[in-house]
Amino acid sequence: MTTDTTTRPKGSEVTYTPQDGLLLEVEDLHVEFHTPDGVANAINGISFSLHQGECLAILGESGSGKSVTAQAIMGILDMPPAVIPQGHIRYCGQDLLTMDPEQRRKTRGPEVSMIFQDALSSLNPVFPVGWQIAEMFRVHRGMNKSDALQQAVALMERVQIPGARDRVKAYPHQFSGGMRQRIMIAVAIALDPAVLIADEPTTALDVTVQAQIMALLQELQEERQMGLILITHDLGVVADVADRIAVMYAGRLVEKADVADLYAAPAHPYTRGLLESIPRLDQKGQKLSAIGGLPPNLMRIPPGCPFNPRCRMAQDVCRRDLPLLREVAPGRLSACHFAEEVINA
Amino acid sequence: MTEAAVTEAPEATSRGENPVDAGPPRSLAGDAWRAMRRNPLFWISSVMILVFVLMATFPSLFTSTDPTEAILQESRALPGQGTWFGRDIQGYDIYARCIYGARASILVGLFTTIGTVAVGGTIGIIAGYAGGIVDTLLSRLGDIFFAIPLLLGAIIFLVSLPATNNYLFIVLKVVGALVVLGWPSLARLMRSSVIQVKPNDYVQAARALGASPFRIVRAHILPNAVAPMIVVATINLGAYISAEATLSFLGIGLQSPAISWGIDISRAIVGLRTTPHMLFFPSLFLSLAVLAFIMLGDAVRDALDPKNR
Amino acid sequence: MGTYVLRRLLQMIPVILGATFLIFAMVFALPGDPLAGKCGERPCSPAYAAQFREKYNLNDPLLVQYGKYVGKLAQGDLGQTYNNISVADQLKLRYPVTAKLALLAILIETVIGIAAGVLTGIRKGGFLDNLVLVSTLIVISIPIFVIGGLAQYFLGVKLGLFPVTVTSSDPTVYQLLLPAIVLGSLSVAYVSRLTRTNLVENLRSDYVRTAVAKGLTQRRAIGIHALRNSLIPVVTFIGFDFGALLGGAIVTESIFNIPGVGGYIFRSIRSRDGVSVVGAVTVLVIVYLVVNLLVDLIYGLLDPRITHD
Repeated sequence: MTTDTTTRPKGSEVTYTPQDGLLLEVEDLHVEFHTPDGVANAINGISFSLHQGECLAILGESGSGKSVTAQAIMGILDMPPAVIPQGHIRYCGQDLLTMDPEQRRKTRGPEVSMIFQDALSSLNPVFPVGWQIAEMFRVHRGMNKSDALQQAVALMERVQIPGARDRVKAYPHQFSGGMRQRIMIAVAIALDPAVLIADEPTTALDVTVQAQIMALLQELQEERQMGLILITHDLGVVADVADRIAVMYAGRLVEKADVADLYAAPAHPYTRGLLESIPRLDQKGQKLSAIGGLPPNLMRIPPGCPFNPRCRMAQDVCRRDLPLLREVAPGRLSACHFAEEVINA
Repeated sequence: MTEAAVTEAPEATSRGENPVDAGPPRSLAGDAWRAMRRNPLFWISSVMILVFVLMATFPSLFTSTDPTEAILQESRALPGQGTWFGRDIQGYDIYARCIYGARASILVGLFTTIGTVAVGGTIGIIAGYAGGIVDTLLSRLGDIFFAIPLLLGAIIFLVSLPATNNYLFIVLKVVGALVVLGWPSLARLMRSSVIQVKPNDYVQAARALGASPFRIVRAHILPNAVAPMIVVATINLGAYISAEATLSFLGIGLQSPAISWGIDISRAIVGLRTTPHMLFFPSLFLSLAVLAFIMLGDAVRDALDPKNR
Repeated sequence: MGTYVLRRLLQMIPVILGATFLIFAMVFALPGDPLAGKCGERPCSPAYAAQFREKYNLNDPLLVQYGKYVGKLAQGDLGQTYNNISVADQLKLRYPVTAKLALLAILIETVIGIAAGVLTGIRKGGFLDNLVLVSTLIVISIPIFVIGGLAQYFLGVKLGLFPVTVTSSDPTVYQLLLPAIVLGSLSVAYVSRLTRTNLVENLRSDYVRTAVAKGLTQRRAIGIHALRNSLIPVVTFIGFDFGALLGGAIVTESIFNIPGVGGYIFRSIRSRDGVSVVGAVTVLVIVYLVVNLLVDLIYGLLDPRITHD
């Protein structure tokens, strides 16, 4: 191990120290996309926090706003068309949204880092992988070419790429999908960030490789005490890794709970639907239930609870009043008028 | 020489989650037509093309002057001195010559386009449909023709053909040169369209049901390949008009007594210092004709390309 | 990389053979007398005709003729005109001027074209973007001899910024600047449009998003990550376009009276000296093929996906 976790020379003159282990605080975040066809409300006021060494899974279907959340935290949304009309994203107490752009740029990599779903398209096809990892050291730490490349080799070894020294000059298309994602991870953890966001890191991979990548992520997180935000639509992926789960629907958080609690008894009909749609070996022969219908059009989110058109329990109140996220049991939050009934069902 | 039509294949790239749901399904052709109707460039270029085609077919609609009537004593007259655009060195009425010059350009452009579409389209279909050794041979053959730049090849071709004074024969010579060297780009386009469509289930089903290759091509492959073909052929038509004028300018395409903008421009360059109007008017007509076709091609491509909406 | 170079070289051989055969076929196998138009306005003298038939083995079967023709070509023998002037010697005197002109034009098209493409690509839809889009459309529509004539008139004759003609056989860069701008103008338009399109596309790509997420500066994310990828097709285009550039050189050199290969071809066309035209144009085609091979090799260097299989 050449990456030394005790000394962390940052590229920025600003130092960020977490208070009581609190790394990231998202508060009442809204994101809109202004398109020629109208305004799409991608995120409609979400709040959550992330502590050192914690893994938070954000769960949702495509279009639920989970990737937009990740991109908003990273500061890589295309603005326009995206607009953030209100909300805060605080990293170690400092609001990233009001921060000077140059100062914020310097947080990307050393403080907050991200890996993406499709490593093949996310890595630049015309540069060697070692070069792309080394770029982190050269840009943020002003390291010279050969030292940075040494660091890159060490990182490739750390993410368990066989023959790292020989393959440092190879190009992304010469690696397998799993190996490419390992390189993506090496880029992301190069500067030992405090927060790592993984956006569907295993979706594009084979099932066996998925498990290896998740194991690697978990190992790295524990070793470096990173705060990990794991964005996924796959409940199976998060069970072993995540500490807490936040479920998103139509740009809102509908449930937040510890992993074990949520699996034992979901407190929102949508979460329950998701859990029931996982095929399970011990319930062979039973009918697999999927959630009927489609997620709402984000330009025309229905009044009341956004989930009501698909909800089997929907009553008049659900079509009229938007349920707010509230504590329904110790440490459990749900945005359902009938959360208590759901949780006890 | 403006043969280098940079064709950009329509390709949908989406990034991350698309927060906007798609609207109700619409047909591609209907969609394209709607988009095109809203594009002023489409209407401007269509009207311009219509005017040039009228000019080529019925020049007497635009002028009653004989373009070959030389009034030598009024040679080099400026615009307004008895004629709209003035007279050239020979004393010809420049306006009348601009009008009559449209015929050569339109004929060469049209015939060359028809020729390249027919030759290139057929070879492309055969190569794409047959595949294997036939495809390899035809594609390599296309590479060879493609390797010779249009203007250079046309010069060799035209220098080597015997001279003639028959108008139609001269036009066909120029057309022949441009078709011989111009077909491979359309063959490549057609071939890739066919290869794209061929693996589709409905084509395979038609084959399994014993439909003849001719029928499959007509019913399934052509409708899908026609749109990109129209775009490239339209833009190329402008390029061929430009090539005809360039060849005539060099003295190797049409030759006097035939009337062509290229010939008149070539003659005008000599007297450039004193009588620039002789250069200006035929240049304007020629450029507008080329512009009209390129603009129309652009408008059609933009309408077909979902990225630009 | 080694195997890639070898493969490209091997692929090149049939294209060169095919292209020379095509030229040969156009010169000797087209209907009509191969001696027509080769001796100026008069018919060829019986002595020259006999010598010509002997030299090109016109009494042999076609393939034997071709073999001997290629053999001569490989030795640099481009034939003798009717008044016994070696075409190869004439070209040796003239190629430095044309090379200088072409290099200058490529430099202009690369620098200005890419700069304009980048400036418009990163500010898509802005004023500059629309200005460049419209002006490139106009430039693309105006044939090169019209641009040449107009530039010569306005910048040379009217404003006196540049010399009107270049007659020196060793012209300075300044003397060649206006012809080079004219020659490169069309390509500037294409290069800027191509750069813009590719840059806009790549700016939306996942790896540029990654570059931003890596905390790179905007300058580095665009200037290194997006631009590097956007330039790959531009390099290919510049190579492909070199053929049009050589054709344009004939026109440009004729307008500005430049004593280069292009001007030589133009004068030979005018004096119906077919041997010189064919010999010189054949050389240009071969130069074009070699340049394209070099561009292919550069392409391999730029895009590792091609060479590292």
